[in-house]
Amino acid sequence: MNLIDEVIKPAAFRMRLKALEMAYHAGANGAHLGGGLSCIEIFATLYKGILKYKVDDPAWEERDRVLVSKAHCVLAYYTALAEAGFLTEESLDGFEQDGSDLPGHPLHNLQNGIEYSGGSLGMAFSVGLGMALDAKRKNRSNRVYVILGDGECDEGSNWEAFMSAAHYQLNNVTVIIDQNQLQYDGPTDSVMNLTSLKDKISAFGWDVNEVDGHSVSELYEVLNQPETDRPRAIIAKTIKGKGVSFMEGVKEWHHGVLSEKLYKQAIEEVLQCSK
Amino acid sequence: MQQITRVNCKIWSRLGQRGTFFGIALPEIAAQMENVWVSTADLATLSGLDRYQKAFPDRFLNVGIAEQNMIGMSAGLAKEGNVVFATTYATFIAMRSYEQIRHNLGYQRCNVKVVGSAAGLVMGMSGNTHYTFEDIAVMRAIPGITIISPADSVEAYKAAWAAANSSEPMYIRLTGGLNCAPVYTEDYDFQIGKIQTLKQGSDVAIFSTGTMVSQSLEAAKILDEKGVSTSVYNVHTIKPLDTQTIISACASHKKIVSVEEHNVIGGLGSAIAEVKSTLGNSPRQQFIGIQDTFFKPASYERLLQSCGLTAAQIAESIISDN
Repeated sequence: MNLIDEVIKPAAFRMRLKALEMAYHAGANGAHLGGGLSCIEIFATLYKGILKYKVDDPAWEERDRVLVSKAHCVLAYYTALAEAGFLTEESLDGFEQDGSDLPGHPLHNLQNGIEYSGGSLGMAFSVGLGMALDAKRKNRSNRVYVILGDGECDEGSNWEAFMSAAHYQLNNVTVIIDQNQLQYDGPTDSVMNLTSLKDKISAFGWDVNEVDGHSVSELYEVLNQPETDRPRAIIAKTIKGKGVSFMEGVKEWHHGVLSEKLYKQAIEEVLQCSK
Repeated sequence: MQQITRVNCKIWSRLGQRGTFFGIALPEIAAQMENVWVSTADLATLSGLDRYQKAFPDRFLNVGIAEQNMIGMSAGLAKEGNVVFATTYATFIAMRSYEQIRHNLGYQRCNVKVVGSAAGLVMGMSGNTHYTFEDIAVMRAIPGITIISPADSVEAYKAAWAAANSSEPMYIRLTGGLNCAPVYTEDYDFQIGKIQTLKQGSDVAIFSTGTMVSQSLEAAKILDEKGVSTSVYNVHTIKPLDTQTIISACASHKKIVSVEEHNVIGGLGSAIAEVKSTLGNSPRQQFIGIQDTFFKPASYERLLQSCGLTAAQIAESIISDN
């Protein structure tokens, strides 16, 4: 079976449709659509092709740890967890409903496959390093994956983490930056110019790759690269709101409410794109 | 765990709370508990951690001058089942990394013991950046964080052991410098969350924490000599607060006094007042502490005097306040 074409890509397609449905059903609460849709392929590749986990043993010691620092990307995260089997289709329907375990930012719950509560940017990276350090000390082979946003790289705490991961030679850490080039207030270059993330992170002592963040094959290849003696950062170049024309690159869709008309249009575009 | 004797009380009081906590207690604890780690932010030597670092290099983390990263990495280690003691100066650990503490320790219950050293005014000539008199207030506001402020070096030693054996996230506030005045000279039962009654009187009840406990005991002697029968309570655990002891003291004394090397806003005095204000009939409370101000840097002794936090001043203030 061709993993990329027959497993990961179809999963990404289903996730994008489900993400839109969840956002629509969230009603007036709205949802973080832009940054969710930008990292659908990243999460699909991780959960359907890369990560080690056991749904029936969620606290399995050897599981790969996933720390979702740009935690507003739950539309991609939750749908990936459902594809993996941690969440049910039914539970996804409870997204942003009162009493649900699936609010707008994830809640730590290993039964649901969620390692860390998110919502405050710049928090999770350091925590992932502590977990990686523990894995090293105990000679475990699991990796730690941290998902960052590019806007989130404004947070100084992330650079403290970049520095210390290299210092402690945490080559069991992979950071994936969803570089969709748009933050709440506009283009990342104009809000706070990050210049070259690749140059910066390389200078901090990391191996850095840049890939098309919507290309499952590129993501799969780079995530399967053999371990070196350095931590690895993958800058995934993405489009905020990917797959829906009226959302792509539009800052107002960072967080938005879908009307019935727009929802139908969005679904139609995603379906057309798959043909 | 060592037996508390007059000899080690004497030696530890010279080392102070910080030296005893990190130089004596933690190497012992780590020798017994395989999952204990210590993290610091470029304050290993000053904290008395050289001995620990040499003995347990694979369970020691120095993140450099990066307090937020220290709490984050410590939380990650804790998520994997470790008990992590994270330390630097109280002002930096409590406030620079406050949101990391809220998010990882408060909200997600990571088993990290945040140990702030040199809290209060002991940093003297280093100035206001190094004083810490807001830490109890800000830590109290985070749900689920246990707050401990040992009275002396012996209590710092006992608090370290109690913390290691607890799964609760904590903030441990170490006050005073070297030559920390001893309160305890023999063994006693230290229980997190239980106020220690050090002296029983009937007129005034003094509730103290940290270095102010020894000052309050001295003040009580002066007060007794002047005919004011005084109780002294050591509130080593500020949260969760031993409300029952406070309620009993309110019923049996004419006045309640809180004494702390902390701002009078939000600290021990406020915590007591929150209990007292729920009682139908209770004596009035006098707040002795830092009166919501910054300082012109001066020696520790001068700063304490300027706040009225010496034993003689505490006694005088209690007598003159009616």
